[in-house]
Amino acid sequence: MSTTEKHIELPEGSIESQTTRINLGPTHPATHGVFQNILELDGEKIVSAEQTIGYIHRAFEKIAERRPLYQITPLTDRLNYCSAPINNMGWHMTCEKLLGIQTPKRVDYLRVIIMELARIADHIICNSVIGVDTGAFTGFLYVMQYRELIYEIWEEVCGSRLTTNIGRIGGFERDFNDIAFTKLERFLKDFPDVLREFEALFTRSRIFMERTIGTGPISAERALNYGFTGPNLRAAGVDYDVRVHSPYCSYQDFDFEVPVGSTGDSYDRFLVRNQEMWQSIRIVRQAYEKLQSFKGEEATTFHADVPEYYLPEKKDVYTKMEALIYHFKIIMGEIDIPPGEVYHSVEGGNGELGFYLISDGGRTPYRLHFRRPCFIYYQAYEEMVKGGMLSDAIIVMSSMNLIAGEMDG
Amino acid sequence: MALTNDSIKQRLTEQFGDQLSAFEEPYGMLTFEAPRELNLKVLNFLYDDDELKFRFLTDLTAVHYPAYRGRELAVVYHLHNLVDNIRIRFKVFAPIQQPDIYTASGLFSSANWQEREAYDFYGVNFVGHPNLIRIQNVDEMDYFPQRKEYPLEDQTRIDKDDEMFGRGGSHDFGDQSAPGRHMIPEAEKPQEDLLQKDGEGQ
Amino acid sequence: MARPVSFNITDKPLEKDISLAEMPDGFQGEGFFTAKLSDVVGLARKNSIWPLPFATSCCGIEFMATMASHYDLARFGSERLGFSPRQCDLLMVMGTIAKKMAPVVKQVYLQMAEPRWVMAVGACACSGGIFDSYSVLQGIDQIVPVDVYVPGCPPRPEAILDGVMRVQDLVGRESIRRRGGEQYKNLLNSYGIQ
Repeated sequence: MSTTEKHIELPEGSIESQTTRINLGPTHPATHGVFQNILELDGEKIVSAEQTIGYIHRAFEKIAERRPLYQITPLTDRLNYCSAPINNMGWHMTCEKLLGIQTPKRVDYLRVIIMELARIADHIICNSVIGVDTGAFTGFLYVMQYRELIYEIWEEVCGSRLTTNIGRIGGFERDFNDIAFTKLERFLKDFPDVLREFEALFTRSRIFMERTIGTGPISAERALNYGFTGPNLRAAGVDYDVRVHSPYCSYQDFDFEVPVGSTGDSYDRFLVRNQEMWQSIRIVRQAYEKLQSFKGEEATTFHADVPEYYLPEKKDVYTKMEALIYHFKIIMGEIDIPPGEVYHSVEGGNGELGFYLISDGGRTPYRLHFRRPCFIYYQAYEEMVKGGMLSDAIIVMSSMNLIAGEMDG
Repeated sequence: MALTNDSIKQRLTEQFGDQLSAFEEPYGMLTFEAPRELNLKVLNFLYDDDELKFRFLTDLTAVHYPAYRGRELAVVYHLHNLVDNIRIRFKVFAPIQQPDIYTASGLFSSANWQEREAYDFYGVNFVGHPNLIRIQNVDEMDYFPQRKEYPLEDQTRIDKDDEMFGRGGSHDFGDQSAPGRHMIPEAEKPQEDLLQKDGEGQ
Repeated sequence: MARPVSFNITDKPLEKDISLAEMPDGFQGEGFFTAKLSDVVGLARKNSIWPLPFATSCCGIEFMATMASHYDLARFGSERLGFSPRQCDLLMVMGTIAKKMAPVVKQVYLQMAEPRWVMAVGACACSGGIFDSYSVLQGIDQIVPVDVYVPGCPPRPEAILDGVMRVQDLVGRESIRRRGGEQYKNLLNSYGIQ
């Protein structure tokens, strides 16, 4: 716990003679993850806030210096664990950029479907938990059912619900089967109605609006200076979206809008995330239609043809010599990574998730740095919450979608 | 006129001349190096110049290169021009005995915590930083854990047998980096004793 | 929402329309029933465990899924999730505990009133999980005594419910005198807790 004594000036018109210092500690019902805020309060108004993080520091970057590339994917899962597939795909795209692998279109469209489902899953949690923090538990229960359906779709592809480790360098580990597509169709049919119901519960609810409008505002200039990206920045008015500015994974083939807010307060963040869910549904629908238009050979590819990095099929391993050698080398982690340094970023649930990979020609990265959006924008919390009430501090924290795993890393 | 990597390089060399070096374009991103005294000047120039307008700090991180004598700690800035959609990368190097680098937190507020993280992991001392204390690790830690000479695992743990994990003892499965090949430029060659140390303990 | 059951379908006749808890062994007569106090108290306690979810990372999200309507935790009696240690029975530690966080876990454990149980959910809480690094505590049993370990990364909600059911077994069979006894005191002393 930090013990810095700061000289706090009480604002004009204050009836208190000194500030109260409370500890919105690492364990608190409303903090989603472990981080601490030491708040100085003048009555109910917040005068200053000091953050302490690192309560779940797991040294990802140092662990990554010891693992071959594909073994780092499970680590990336645990960054923003609400939308783990986006992190996985981002990492695979970074590796493909370094290794010079070009993925076929069908792989790109499948990746887009998985990533947009992950984005919907992340925003479901964020928005429903804003509801829970304002006291409305029902919305959470309604939309978490659809998060279960998304989990079932991911399970069909990779076997796991939350920390997916989905995909491989060059594509996917298996093709999507019929059950996965049936579930996807069911999702596309059922979820829009539920989302509309969820919005109807909150968007024009007087209580919710009064709790969130005006809390934690940030202007576009300050947001850019603080390095905000993602829905928080778009709520402040800047339309920076990595999918549009530096398109990756064939996002330029899709037609979608980027919702932008105006004041950057919690209500705008809530609305921006809701709108992004609608846009994600639109993208998934377009991707699904494009998938059905592939014919012949293209309709069954699910990975790029890179035998050095993508595990060959078992029947080839048992019959062909090269496949046997590649299988051995990949499993034993003896593939040499070409030297170089690359920075690649994707639009994660919280903003620009960047991977800075430096390789020295060995078998593991020399240095891997994750540009984690949560870590960068949590610095602005004090500025956003100063002058607000204590309960606003909770709302601002949950509307910024702070995920501790990504913050500490 | 559209901003390209060449025009940025030209503008930079017009302003700073020979002080900037190592211009490369790995994977399309212009990368260059500046002496550490000039890091703030370069950042300010990139921010204020009307053509360049690199007003968004994407990332600030540090790297440890024990093989580069006299320039072991590198601080890497990734900047982004949101209007023209161009990114550049810019590095400064500092010796490990005196890793002082001017802070960028006056210009970019997002540099504040990122510099604290670089200090926490590598010991880079950012001169002028308002609050340079540890951020991720416990406050009582007295070493900088992400430097290459320190091990990954907690050496006091008793429930895990390193032999079973393929580490230490007769195998050293975990040490997978290329011995000696730490991105050494042609002109420099590491000394022998440093090579030995890097080959063993990751 | 649930996928239709496709395995292990046996046609069992419906025995009872409603399921009731088993009556404890006892001796009964006209207007009275005697049983062991620990059985009765255990039956009452085990069906109303109030957990304290100490969710730090990914396992916390699986816990949220367990709490939600699909894998409902409330049917096991854990309707009210308390966040105040004084009011809770079961400390569910879900997620990685870093060394920076360890004193906080210990303090929360110390604040809980007896009888208290601890469940370590997830590989990280059990043994450090995949994070064998300098900053992660290799299992919370280094600092607090743990009753049930639920492995998985993250464990499925069914596994978390299985862990809760095991805790229910422990609670139901616990002796009344356990918490004041010598063995328990020695256990706590071995963790440095008086």
